[in-house]
Amino acid sequence: MKSLFLSAALASVVAMPAMANKAFVSNEKGNTVTVVDTDTWEVLAEFDAGNRPRGITISPDGKKLYVAASDDDTVRVFDTETYKEIHTLPSGPDPELFVLHPSGNPLYIANEDDNLVTVTDTETRTILAEVPVGVEPEGMGISPDTKFVVNTSETTNMAHFISTEDYKIKHNVLVDQRPRYAQYTDDGKRLFVTSEIGGTVTVMDIDAEGAPTVAGKISFDVPGVLPEWLQPVGLKVTADGSKIFIALGPANRVAVVDGATLEVKDYIIVGQRVWQLGFTPDQKYLLTTNGNSNDITVIDVEKEKAIKSVQVGQQPWGVVVSPN
Amino acid sequence: MQRILMVFLAALMWGGMSNDLAALEIKAAVLRIDPPRLAPISRFEKFPEDNGFAGAQLADEDNGTTGTFLGHTYETMMVAVPPEEADAALDAILADGIRFIILMADDADLTRLADRAAQDGAVVFNAQAEGVALRDNECRANVLHVAPSRAMRADAVAQFALWKRWPRWFLIHGSNPEDQALADAYRRAAKKFGGRIAEEREFEDTGGSRRTDTGHVLVQRQLPVFTQDADDHEVVIAADESDVFAPYLPFHLWTPRPVMGAAGLRPVTIHGAHEAWGATQFQRRFEELTGRYIREEDYQVWLSLRVLGEAVIRTMSNDPQTILDYAISDEFELAAFKGVPVTFRPWNGQLRQPILLYDGRITVSVSPQDGFLHQVSPLDTLGLDKPESSCTAFN
Repeated sequence: MKSLFLSAALASVVAMPAMANKAFVSNEKGNTVTVVDTDTWEVLAEFDAGNRPRGITISPDGKKLYVAASDDDTVRVFDTETYKEIHTLPSGPDPELFVLHPSGNPLYIANEDDNLVTVTDTETRTILAEVPVGVEPEGMGISPDTKFVVNTSETTNMAHFISTEDYKIKHNVLVDQRPRYAQYTDDGKRLFVTSEIGGTVTVMDIDAEGAPTVAGKISFDVPGVLPEWLQPVGLKVTADGSKIFIALGPANRVAVVDGATLEVKDYIIVGQRVWQLGFTPDQKYLLTTNGNSNDITVIDVEKEKAIKSVQVGQQPWGVVVSPN
Repeated sequence: MQRILMVFLAALMWGGMSNDLAALEIKAAVLRIDPPRLAPISRFEKFPEDNGFAGAQLADEDNGTTGTFLGHTYETMMVAVPPEEADAALDAILADGIRFIILMADDADLTRLADRAAQDGAVVFNAQAEGVALRDNECRANVLHVAPSRAMRADAVAQFALWKRWPRWFLIHGSNPEDQALADAYRRAAKKFGGRIAEEREFEDTGGSRRTDTGHVLVQRQLPVFTQDADDHEVVIAADESDVFAPYLPFHLWTPRPVMGAAGLRPVTIHGAHEAWGATQFQRRFEELTGRYIREEDYQVWLSLRVLGEAVIRTMSNDPQTILDYAISDEFELAAFKGVPVTFRPWNGQLRQPILLYDGRITVSVSPQDGFLHQVSPLDTLGLDKPESSCTAFN
């Protein structure tokens, strides 16, 4: 009887829809990661993640969660099922944002205090290279062909194009004040860099060799909101490149930009001090971290509407959703 | 060792770059004029040897790091002299071919030295002098004011007081000329924003020993008497640039009221606990370099050199006039850990900047306050707005 019951339970597990993914949210002040079910939007767990967790990403197989514990000067690696720490990775001091090679190795880490990008082998847990970049490195993006890692430096105001082959900087592009985030389109033909204090997004065309040319700038205007408050931070582009979502920090809004015309179509009101963004794997939903209201907002990507907010830990910073 | 390694790596990287960029050398000088002065009332505020210079050191590192990607090198000379040697020191700096000069001087010295610098086509960054006249009828076409004026600080305090609905002020000012000038700024601020000076008193600087073993015993008896029978007021505003009495005011008033200005809640450009808008990493860099907390003078010198560095990378020039023109143009903006870009007022060369209100431990508030609107920028509600300034040097 008991075994019968068990197998029935097992069958129901197998039959569960594949869309039940987990969103992992780093809480910068709470020193935790909150786990949210992207089907029910319920909080499943909250676990300790080290001091000042900010950058967060996940391995391609969905088994390992990488968290930049900035004040611990390390990257902590957690099991996405048990939430136990597996090990740490050497990261260099004050790791903030990072980007993982699509193969799962290596991890490219921005070290804000030391003007370095650290390249860390996620298997051998060793540092492969340290690349000197501008002052206060922050944003990290990788080209879809994996030939370039782009780092933005907040006080130098540049996007540095680092070759993943020899770890040398091949191009530097000046952008507006305090560049925060770098994101390629999936086809690799465009790169977006957000400038928080400049209030703009620099759009670059990327040629076949990976060389950038500035193609234009996106700026923002919301009636009744001081222009100084429109501070672009996190940015995501849909896989087909048709929609660009840009978190506008203290303006408490996410801008929706047409990928073809680069015109702002709409502003979606979300929680307070919206910081980083993350898609669900099917790109049906976009999640925003709202640092001052301690929640995440769920945006319906097709309808371009906020549909739900979920309370998480203290000062949510980054978000990543497990792959299918 | 680590630093040497980084420079070496940077050089390697530079060698590997495909871009063909022209090398540029940017030479600047910080000239600090140290008048004889008494120690501050609080020993937490004593002047470090590297006051201001530490900011220059950090700025050279920041600008230099950016410069490695462009072939630009930054070198800043730092000179501290007593007032009587100031002119000779400036001559020597100019003779060295330096055309970017950050001055840490009082109003009179600044004007005289700026005029001398102008003869050689040099740009002066005012990192210290706060006189309103320097931004008004005494302005100079070759001076960029990075330090806020007394009017900006007073307006920052006034806006907060009115936001709090504390419209009636008890103004207590010192007897020295700079205290009087600051008191003027508070009177103007009251008028500008709709506050009222309900009571005004002068605390005379009698030159007594300000800090003695038993100083607090006397103060505890004298100050309540000094402040009694004032007309009704919600807040006490202290104008005490000479640092003679203000730190004693809180807790020693006849009528218990919050104190703002030279004590209590103070208007500052930076303080060592300021963390918002990414300032934490700036503080960490500064502390690692100097082993102490940052002071306003350090920040203002750092900001002066960052203005220079930013103008250099955007214009790819080290020509003084090109830099000056760019800085006061609409194109210029700079992130300064204040949440909004800082820019220059084209009518008098004053840097627009938010002012932090600091209680000695934390940032309590930041002015401009919500609701103080302006057709161009809320930052222009602090200090001399275009119609208020008679400066014509930039026309």
